[in-house]
Amino acid sequence: MIQLTVNGVCHAFTRETSLAQLLAHLELSGKRLAVERNGEIVPRSQFGETPLADGDQLEIVVAVGGG
Amino acid sequence: MDPLTIAGKAYRSRLLIGTGKYKDFDETRVAVEASGAEIVTVAIRRTNIGQNAGEPSLLEAVPPSKYTYLPNTAGCYTAEEAIRTLRLARELLDGHNLVKLEVLGDPHTLYPNVMETLKAAEVLVKEGFTVMVYSSDDPIVARQLEEIGCAAIMPLASLIGSGMGILNPWNLQIIVANAKVPVLVDAGVGTASDAAIAMELGCDGILMNTAVAAANNPVLMASAMKKAVEAGREAFLAGRMPKKLYSAIPSSPVGGLIGS
Repeated sequence: MIQLTVNGVCHAFTRETSLAQLLAHLELSGKRLAVERNGEIVPRSQFGETPLADGDQLEIVVAVGGG
Repeated sequence: MDPLTIAGKAYRSRLLIGTGKYKDFDETRVAVEASGAEIVTVAIRRTNIGQNAGEPSLLEAVPPSKYTYLPNTAGCYTAEEAIRTLRLARELLDGHNLVKLEVLGDPHTLYPNVMETLKAAEVLVKEGFTVMVYSSDDPIVARQLEEIGCAAIMPLASLIGSGMGILNPWNLQIIVANAKVPVLVDAGVGTASDAAIAMELGCDGILMNTAVAAANNPVLMASAMKKAVEAGREAFLAGRMPKKLYSAIPSSPVGGLIGS
């Protein structure tokens, strides 16, 4: 069991997962987004090889309307 | 052709427009089109998790293939938050470096915190960002931001979202006179005449959002702003006549009046 905080909300997962698997689970695969893991940017090309560990803090952001 | 050149790249339009506060993405799209803007600001926010998988997105209404995105740091109150946000923006936009830095100092007035802005600008410029920076209309702050290496200085004309117009044309003129990088009014424009006045002062461009989005007819206002920015620019280039209290020289010939 691992706990991840995604955009400030806690999510529990039954097994180890990669960032790419997490995004697929959240139905975010293929979207134009950027991810910060524990304060560090994860390049999009590395989503597949980025394992997530218990307690990881993730920020997943998109572009929205703004001035 | 009289382009606006920012960090070596030329743009035809001197009007930059925000994509926030519209009724829906359709209105955003049509208003942005009517404005003629090539650069549009966007905000960077947490994505919704586990909902609205197929919801419409800004990326479809205002595609980054057609417009130059200018990600902003709206809502950031520290240099650190602003820097983090723009690093994410750069990743999100495939290495795109052109950004709008704004660090706010107060949630009621949205007045910029210039100390934090200067700190953030220093880091971002070192990291290779092309920084267009929102600031107060203090000419010394403007000069320091330029010395740090910001690509454009964007003083407020009045407070964000206030629509109060150009409250201190004198400071704007000092900033314009001293700057070697483009100066764009960011914030405060309420209607077309405000935009024209800013351009007549010699500003290189204007960034606005609320003046268009909060108009009764945003699309028509976007069109008005396009014309006002162009008219103001042409008037600046043309050079206005001097102001005089009165003139003894009428525009029509003095002689040849009937019955003389």
